[in-house]
Amino acid sequence: MRLGEVLGSWPLVKQLREGDPLGLGKAAQSGASVRLQPRIASADTVAQSICPFCAVGCAQLAYVKDGKVIQVEGDPASPISRGRLCPKGAASKNMHDGPLREYKVKYRRPYGTHWEELELDQAMDMIADRIVETRNATWQETTEDGAPAHRTLGIGNLGGATLDNEENYLMKKLLTALGIVQVENQARI
Amino acid sequence: MPGLGTSFGRGGATDHQQDLQNADVITIMGSNMAENHPVGFQWVMEARERGATVVHVDPRFTRTSAMATKHVGIRAGTDIAYLGGIVNYILSNDRHFEEYVKHFTNARVIVGEPFADTEDADGLFSGWDPEQSEYDVTTWQYDGTKVHAAAGKRGKGFAPGEGETEPGGGEPPAEDWTLQDPRCVFQILKRHYARYTPERVAEICGCSVEDFLWHCEELCRNSGRERTGSICYAVGWTQHTVGVQIIRTAAIIQLLLGNIGRPGGMILALRGHASIQGSTDIPTLYDLLPGYLTHPQTKDYGSLAAYVRATTPSNGFYGNADAYMVSLMKAWWGPNATEENDWCFDYLPRVDEDNSVYWTVGQMLEGNVKGYIIAGENPAIGSANGRAQRLALGRLEWLVVRDLVEIESASFWYDSPEVESGEVSPETIGTEVFFMPASSHLEKDGSFTNTQRLLQWHFRAVEPREDARSELWFYYQLGKKIQERLKDSEDPKDRPIQQLRWNYPTSGELEEPSAEAVLQEINGWDDRGQALASYTLLKADGSTSCGCWIYCGVYAGGTNMAARRVPHWEQAYVALQWGWAWPSNRHLIYNRASADPEGKPWSERKRLVWWDSEQAKWVGYDTPDFEADKPPSFRPQPDAHGPDAIGGDKPFIMQADGLGWLYAPQGLVDGPLPTHYEPHESPFDNPLYDQRANPARLQNDLAEDPSNPVAGEGGSDEYPYVVTTYRLTEHHTAGGMTRFTPYLSELQPQMFVEVHPDLAAERGLEHGGWATIVTARSAIEARVMVTDRMRPVTVAGKVHHQVGLPYHWGQRGLTTGGAANDLAHMTIEPNVNIQEVKAFTCDIRPGRRPRGPKLTELVAGKRAAAYAKRDGAERAEPESERWT
Repeated sequence: MRLGEVLGSWPLVKQLREGDPLGLGKAAQSGASVRLQPRIASADTVAQSICPFCAVGCAQLAYVKDGKVIQVEGDPASPISRGRLCPKGAASKNMHDGPLREYKVKYRRPYGTHWEELELDQAMDMIADRIVETRNATWQETTEDGAPAHRTLGIGNLGGATLDNEENYLMKKLLTALGIVQVENQARI
Repeated sequence: MPGLGTSFGRGGATDHQQDLQNADVITIMGSNMAENHPVGFQWVMEARERGATVVHVDPRFTRTSAMATKHVGIRAGTDIAYLGGIVNYILSNDRHFEEYVKHFTNARVIVGEPFADTEDADGLFSGWDPEQSEYDVTTWQYDGTKVHAAAGKRGKGFAPGEGETEPGGGEPPAEDWTLQDPRCVFQILKRHYARYTPERVAEICGCSVEDFLWHCEELCRNSGRERTGSICYAVGWTQHTVGVQIIRTAAIIQLLLGNIGRPGGMILALRGHASIQGSTDIPTLYDLLPGYLTHPQTKDYGSLAAYVRATTPSNGFYGNADAYMVSLMKAWWGPNATEENDWCFDYLPRVDEDNSVYWTVGQMLEGNVKGYIIAGENPAIGSANGRAQRLALGRLEWLVVRDLVEIESASFWYDSPEVESGEVSPETIGTEVFFMPASSHLEKDGSFTNTQRLLQWHFRAVEPREDARSELWFYYQLGKKIQERLKDSEDPKDRPIQQLRWNYPTSGELEEPSAEAVLQEINGWDDRGQALASYTLLKADGSTSCGCWIYCGVYAGGTNMAARRVPHWEQAYVALQWGWAWPSNRHLIYNRASADPEGKPWSERKRLVWWDSEQAKWVGYDTPDFEADKPPSFRPQPDAHGPDAIGGDKPFIMQADGLGWLYAPQGLVDGPLPTHYEPHESPFDNPLYDQRANPARLQNDLAEDPSNPVAGEGGSDEYPYVVTTYRLTEHHTAGGMTRFTPYLSELQPQMFVEVHPDLAAERGLEHGGWATIVTARSAIEARVMVTDRMRPVTVAGKVHHQVGLPYHWGQRGLTTGGAANDLAHMTIEPNVNIQEVKAFTCDIRPGRRPRGPKLTELVAGKRAAAYAKRDGAERAEPESERWT
């Protein structure tokens, strides 16, 4: 290293030369920190999202690189949240790719003592079969008093407050058409 | 949310969170907003920085209290006594906003002769039937007219096909504009709350008279033409056996003070799930159809039209409910729904009075429910009486659990307190379990409806991995598979599924259905297939289709309005171009009330929407929640129907009479006016009436759900303290999204119990040590947090301790711990079937809970001792009689 460079790297010189007399800004940068970039800088795409926890509805920006979410941040443009997220919202990525996240169907047979593997499509077929069979076995065309019923009380469905409106809509539509009336969610839990 | 719905017409927060900044006084009660809605709380802080008074009324001192001007500590479960005291203060000091009350509320309406108040019948309203344990609600109707509420149990008291007597037949209700008639609502209200004096409030709630009076004065001082106040609440109000009535009391206060529909004036329901508002708007709830239409019951209505008449007001915008209903049938059954087949009305299954989730749990325990699908919920931890919930799951034939992680509702058969105690084992549980991994919000397109009725679209960032799928995919593909299985059936019961419109475009390798196509169906279209711009365009002749009438307009002009993201710095504070609020992008609903009866702003300071006579229309900063060209001077014709029957000076356009309801003549099953009752389990008598608890609360006889003895019964001393449960900032509900997440588990790693130092001394509890909390249902352990945040209250001269329990933990995840809901009972509120987990009784003792069979012995032994004191030694525990 030439003498000029050595001198120039002295903090006091840097502070004076770079207009940062207190050494709290640019003058404090090392070679390594100059090269640092925010992790979102390398993102390929950014998706506009909404926090999935409470109902304040904070806006999120999800940064994606190589098909993976690399960071979730608050969207400053939101009139509600103005860029802020609480600890839960800020941990959205951690929830999304946490170590306990499940990615495979698991099956437990009656009186079974362990989980078994099952193909997704086979599981879907089995569930469809169960619904059709149970619905047939428990169908109630009228009540004991002879009032119209057109339903089954043998099947129930629970959940919805964490899901999308479009998902709730398909659930309600399908289950109502099947005569399943015990459709409920966290709104009363 | 029939508390808000019956009072104002719609079951949603009346305003947007940002408008809190315009409030002059904010009351937060039944909510710990700073910790549970932290980002929304910034608007409370904005108001405070502008000089607003912030009051936090809560059994616990929390970070919300720390940021408030004052914290008023009360005994859990005494909210109606406190709020009723405020009503009494307003009325007995003539502090109501007189012009607002006279013109915009039903204060002037005369109530019918059959009505008798709780003041006359020692805690019961007229119409009580002790054998059926329910009210004849027709005794609460207006004089000479019979009206429907806009929400709640709207079929009650109406025979199938019977409609309202007004309009189109009867006279409008009798009124007294001087508010002096002893049977007018105003006078009834005055008498009903006359005994809720400051001294009585202090005695019941355990607060000081001074604090209470200061709060009353702050509310009144900040009311009138120039000033407004807001009330924020959360499940600290709803999760009581009188939950709906607590919210009704708040509605009465806000109407009397003239706060609804005005800037900075609101009731803000702070909801706890991303789309819990959406899941009531498009209800995955047994008693509703989309857009708050009543789900038809097991009655012979005769026709769709007769069902509409029997369940909705014929005046106001529910007067067009036939159009909303026919359009829904068209959305579901398309060309198969015709006038000739009454729009497939008979395809709709019918519900009983109660098919709610707690009823279902009873039916599971009985073995009557065979199959169950759980999607994004964890009843084994999140529902009251966890042991009963888990035992119920174990009596199913098959169960599908869809979640991001293996929650306790999926693992109950091998990992639960009951397996640990030896009560059950995998070998004794016959339930077939399918665990289906779900997609996260980052893996799917769709909209959430937030706490202020705002639909916000989120875009998929990445594809889900392996078997993980969205609920959209699951229910769509499941429907396809079921349709395939039933396609050749000739059984009439299969016709609704064969003829269901069930074709959505899919994309990608996973064949994910298009959420946007579903949103288009929800929005609806006309007979040319053009997206509709507003619910006012819906018709009852089959020419329009709409999946949820209150969401009509979210896809106006073929644009996904929920996906709009104009930054807040590029628009006014109401932010009409960010997302889309129902109805019709109105952010501050009932905003006609921000102008006086003549249509002029009440004051410059509180200007929002007003009548512009030059343009002959309503204008302002928000979308007017009123027919744009209906002048303030408009008066309906005598035979008018629907919206045409609402005068130009009536801001509550969903209500049968266009008025805010101080008194609810219909819609609620436990009274037209809120009344203080003690919680189902309480160590205190009701100091106001002989009737101790809400008489209409829904109790059960399940052996799995015993109650603790209560005040006045022997054995109540076995469970002398009151538990209140709550959430923490770092965790979410039953923990499925947070206990399994490393950062959050690290931030908040362990179940704990909050107790006051005096209680710790009384019971020998050590800070950081262990405690066991016991009820008749179960016992759990928790680390002891000794803190004066948990302030004792003095009630009827006695010091009373309350115990605070967060409810997030369970058997599984990165941090585990006792589930607070295991302690709770399943006696529920009668309007919305919600559990009472904000106030029930318990005992607390030092040390860890026993393991193995000793756990069952502890709980049963203590219960037997309590019941022996209650019943005398000869009476054993009641046999299981199941739900009645």
